[in-house]
Amino acid sequence: MMEHRSHLYGVMGEFETPEKLLAAAKKTRAAGYVHVDAYTPFPVEGLAHAIGFRWTAVPLITLIGGILGGLTGFGLQYWCAAIAYPINIAGRPLNSWPAFIPITFELTVLGASLFSVVGMFALNKLPQPYHPVFNVERFAQGSTDRFFLVIEARDPKFDLAGSSRFLQELSARFVAEVKDEK
Amino acid sequence: MSVTQPPLNSPEIRRVEPLLEPGHTYASVTDKIAAVVLTRPLGIGWLAGFTITFCAVMLLFIAVSWLIIKGVGIWGINIPIGWGFAIVNFVWWIGIGHAGTLISAILFLLNQKWRTSINRFAEAMTLFAVACAGLFPLLHTGRPWMAYYMFPYPSTTTFWPQFRSPLMWDVFAVSTYGTVSLIFWFIGLVPDLATLRDRAKKRYQQVIFGILAMGWRNSARHWHRYQSTYLLLAGLATPLVLSVHTVVSFDFAVAIVPGWHTTIFPPYFVAGAIYSGFAMVLTLAIPLRKAYGLEDFITMRHLDNCAKVMLATGLVVAYGYFIEFFMAFYSGNKFDVFLAEQRLHGPYSHFYYALLLCNILTPQLLWIRKVRRNVLALFIMSLVINTGMWLERFVIIVISLTRDFVPSAWGRYSATFWDYATLAGTLGLFFMLFYLFVRGLPAIAISEMRELVHETDSEDHQ
Repeated sequence: MMEHRSHLYGVMGEFETPEKLLAAAKKTRAAGYVHVDAYTPFPVEGLAHAIGFRWTAVPLITLIGGILGGLTGFGLQYWCAAIAYPINIAGRPLNSWPAFIPITFELTVLGASLFSVVGMFALNKLPQPYHPVFNVERFAQGSTDRFFLVIEARDPKFDLAGSSRFLQELSARFVAEVKDEK
Repeated sequence: MSVTQPPLNSPEIRRVEPLLEPGHTYASVTDKIAAVVLTRPLGIGWLAGFTITFCAVMLLFIAVSWLIIKGVGIWGINIPIGWGFAIVNFVWWIGIGHAGTLISAILFLLNQKWRTSINRFAEAMTLFAVACAGLFPLLHTGRPWMAYYMFPYPSTTTFWPQFRSPLMWDVFAVSTYGTVSLIFWFIGLVPDLATLRDRAKKRYQQVIFGILAMGWRNSARHWHRYQSTYLLLAGLATPLVLSVHTVVSFDFAVAIVPGWHTTIFPPYFVAGAIYSGFAMVLTLAIPLRKAYGLEDFITMRHLDNCAKVMLATGLVVAYGYFIEFFMAFYSGNKFDVFLAEQRLHGPYSHFYYALLLCNILTPQLLWIRKVRRNVLALFIMSLVINTGMWLERFVIIVISLTRDFVPSAWGRYSATFWDYATLAGTLGLFFMLFYLFVRGLPAIAISEMRELVHETDSEDHQ
């Protein structure tokens, strides 16, 4: 027999509307919980802020990607045209930079876009096929019309009975333990 | 004195033309869109359409195989008309592709809510159009297996590409556009793929959508980063989409051929691209909403807005035609004047008149509200405009190349069976991919529709 060790990941509360979830998230943070996450079938304005998520590195990563892409684009063309394969055509300048602008621009956009998307997925730690929240059966409805709030067990204030009661008091219509089976 | 006028966002005014028919909930929009992919059986219409387009793709394979065996001599091109159907079709397809990015990026930045139910399939349309477009420059080289010469790589010949050429710019512009459109489309799809994963009943669907969704779980932190990326990509795609057809126009405008060497080309090409792209959006949207009962989501307001964009860009295109003429005479350059006369009286003048009819006269009907409300009229008009835009590229390429500086360099061009077969084949490829897309992936962005339901609800409660 394989040994199944299952430990507690957190408690999950289900809310009917994004407004109720948002209010609950704010109260949860106000009550001193730190490791909180919310799950909604579409982005809800202010929710990330309410669970204490303020800053994302995505714009910075995008900027870096754009700068690298642009430098690569111009550097490549300069190196090809002026160093590796210089062709003297009636004494025209080898570093004919205006002609290099279109490709520099295209590679700037390409670099920024690829960095942005790859960076976003990497920061989100995706792809990630398994996550404890999927163990809750009702969570499958979370991509349709349910709104969930999870208080994680690693939170210093977390205790199963207390946190479950807390979610119920916040008018969650359903509260469940989230088990992590690894 | 006070005139009572309802504010612009009052229910009386906003409800006249809903973006989403009232009464929909998060679950109902999700059900309706997901069902097309997950549960609905393949209808006879789908099967028939798929079969026809599949046959056209087979024709494309035959045409391309024959091309590779025999070389570009099977086409109607000759010297001096080295750019025939291949480049006409390339520019036409890439132009059609522009509407997808315009809808998803520019209308997103402008906060136009009506983009929501049409952006997904318009982006798919962009990808398929770019795929069709990309074939032509490759095939046109005559030796497509040598196409890698265009990429800068260290070779034993020690040659490097000529980056001062617009043809090289084109390679980078089109490949960047294809890549960015693909990732933009894909990240838009990820939350919907997660929805399909959660709703799928069949095992293979769960596995496929599960892999594609990459474990997306709708976390608020994820959404936050996701929205940040989405906004940034929209901001990046906006200048990109304008640059692509600009670069395509440089293929012509940088050359000194009469009729090509004009500064009006970049804006007029971009406007033309959006014009034909919106026409194609209507060509696809009208049957799509009918076949799958999506009239609640793609409402008359969407069709009306698309028609208005077509009218506006059509007027820009008309202005482009006018300025081409005006500048030919105003410049006094005898080659330009001669070319303008050739368009009106030369051997290909009937193409030019057909172009004016399709692209300038017909769309003027869109001023009339009744026409914009008539689905059939819009559908026919979208086909007419796409024909017109194809003719525009034909006129630009063929008339200029058959009539350049000296009479000894003049020539005639006529397409062969294989030219038509390749064009028909790419049409088949485009529509076949679209048939597969409609049944394989959600044709309307589900998570964005839920957002729209939420916004519409909040307005009601105010």
